[in-house]
Amino acid sequence: MVTGHTRLEQAVRVWLPVGFFLLLALFPFYWMAITSVKPNAELYNRNMMPLLVHNPTLKHYVGLLTETSFLLWTWNTLLVAVISTAISLVLGTMLAYPLARMRFAGAGLIAMTVAAIYLVPQPLLFLPLADVINRLDLGNTLTAVILTYPTMLVPFCAWLLIGYFKTVPKELEEAARIDGASRFQTMRRVFLPLCTPGFISAGIFAFTLSQNEFLYALIFLTKSSVRTVPVGVIAELIRGDVFYWGQLMAGALLGSIPVALIYSFFVEHYVAGLTSGSVKG
Amino acid sequence: MSIRTEPLIGVTRARPRRRPASLAAWLDREPVFSWLMMTAPILFLAAFVGYPFVYGILLSLQDRPVAHVGTFVGLKNFVRDFNDPIFWRVAVNTFVYTGVATLLKMIGGLALAVAMNQNFRMKNLVRAVLLLPFIVPTVLSTVAWMWMLDPAFSIFNWFLIALGMPKPGPSWLGNPTLAMASIIVINTWRGLPFYGITLLAGLQTVPPELYEAATIDGASGWQRFRYVTLPLLQPIILIVTLFSVIFTFADFQLVYVLTHGGPQNATQLFATYAFDIGMGAGQLGLGASVALTMLPALALLILALTLYMRRQ
Repeated sequence: MVTGHTRLEQAVRVWLPVGFFLLLALFPFYWMAITSVKPNAELYNRNMMPLLVHNPTLKHYVGLLTETSFLLWTWNTLLVAVISTAISLVLGTMLAYPLARMRFAGAGLIAMTVAAIYLVPQPLLFLPLADVINRLDLGNTLTAVILTYPTMLVPFCAWLLIGYFKTVPKELEEAARIDGASRFQTMRRVFLPLCTPGFISAGIFAFTLSQNEFLYALIFLTKSSVRTVPVGVIAELIRGDVFYWGQLMAGALLGSIPVALIYSFFVEHYVAGLTSGSVKG
Repeated sequence: MSIRTEPLIGVTRARPRRRPASLAAWLDREPVFSWLMMTAPILFLAAFVGYPFVYGILLSLQDRPVAHVGTFVGLKNFVRDFNDPIFWRVAVNTFVYTGVATLLKMIGGLALAVAMNQNFRMKNLVRAVLLLPFIVPTVLSTVAWMWMLDPAFSIFNWFLIALGMPKPGPSWLGNPTLAMASIIVINTWRGLPFYGITLLAGLQTVPPELYEAATIDGASGWQRFRYVTLPLLQPIILIVTLFSVIFTFADFQLVYVLTHGGPQNATQLFATYAFDIGMGAGQLGLGASVALTMLPALALLILALTLYMRRQ
């Protein structure tokens, strides 16, 4: 009988596999967190039970915030993420609206090119791009990454927005057109305000992608004052062969918090974008 | 086209407008409006994707030490790559890494989706938490893994030694096979939620009647999965897999942070090798040629995926 499961059986069927996946997903973060509050005497003692903290300390956090430019890196990371996300949403919309709504020769080709560009991975472009940035004299400026992150974010936003725009009914736009609004007015005043959920999805994705970006930041930003968190952590908390594990873990944890926070506020939009982005096109 | 715009011009002429009627009408033609709208993003992408792409091909045909003028050498860089034993090691590594990690993500992701496709409390919270590995910056989570795999203080070795394995336990990142296994596991850890949650969304669209009908026909749990779930999920599995293959094949950050391609190039991938040659050794031309050897495989994958998505 299908409904014959007891509550216990039911709970085991759910929580045994789900618990396994939760443990797998969360253990590295737990490890990060407890390492960051362990004093060195505990950290480098092989005889102490490592899963627990015996004498928690904030020493590594204090060290991270006073001895390194971590706060500056965090500011740089957020600044770059916000500006490149904004640029990408605007440029992405300018591509997506015509491709989702208008009929014109070449639309199919442009749509395919946009999708293809989104799928071009950075390692294919980073060497020539490094030379371009050098020639523009943009090395060691945040402009270098603000200009290059949208190369992956614009096609991505455009593509996600095309999918979203197509789900919006056309009637309101048609009504506005009949009332004499130009196409631009129709788009700006009537259509775009309807698309806030789509913009939130695309924006969150673009924001997490720019926080995650490493290769361009590694190449273009070699001065401590312009570094982003991932590059700063790798380049300055690993000095030669010496690893400052307490500070590294504190940095990894603090660096993850902005993304995790933004994500937790908009998690439904994120999941909607994740599942529509790959299924629709 | 003319049939649709004609009455419109009539309307705009009948009433006074801020702009000259003919210009306004011209701007409102679908192709004109579309291309004007798309001009800025297209120029941007042409300058920062199109141009570097073409320039990368030219670079790969040059002997170009950093900060020097390049000299055209034809296909010499590629010939050098193909005679370089490390290059072939890199090619094998990349295929093993991509193949095994993708397989693990597919199987694990399906299992995750099936496990999550039950009714239970706090399901949305669990789903949000499970996605954390995917949204936290890769470099930062990889640093945590690096500490978990530390030669002297690995938590895994602590468990293994507690279970009776002789000290010091396996050297996860010092042994070539274990190092490859480690990067595969971490890539899987990060990518699995993406698979799982995307497939879960697919599972939720399967009508329950199909399962009921299969159950009435006497299908077992496995048979329902095999003959109902899998065929319906196939399009999503295909798309997610192509995605994952493309980005795993060209992966850089995880390997750069964890092993730098070592030990003895055992975990060197195309992207990290191109970086080492281009940025580390300053051989821009040779590095560009290594990166471009990814192009044929990538181009095929990207073409397959774009065509498939258009058909959907």
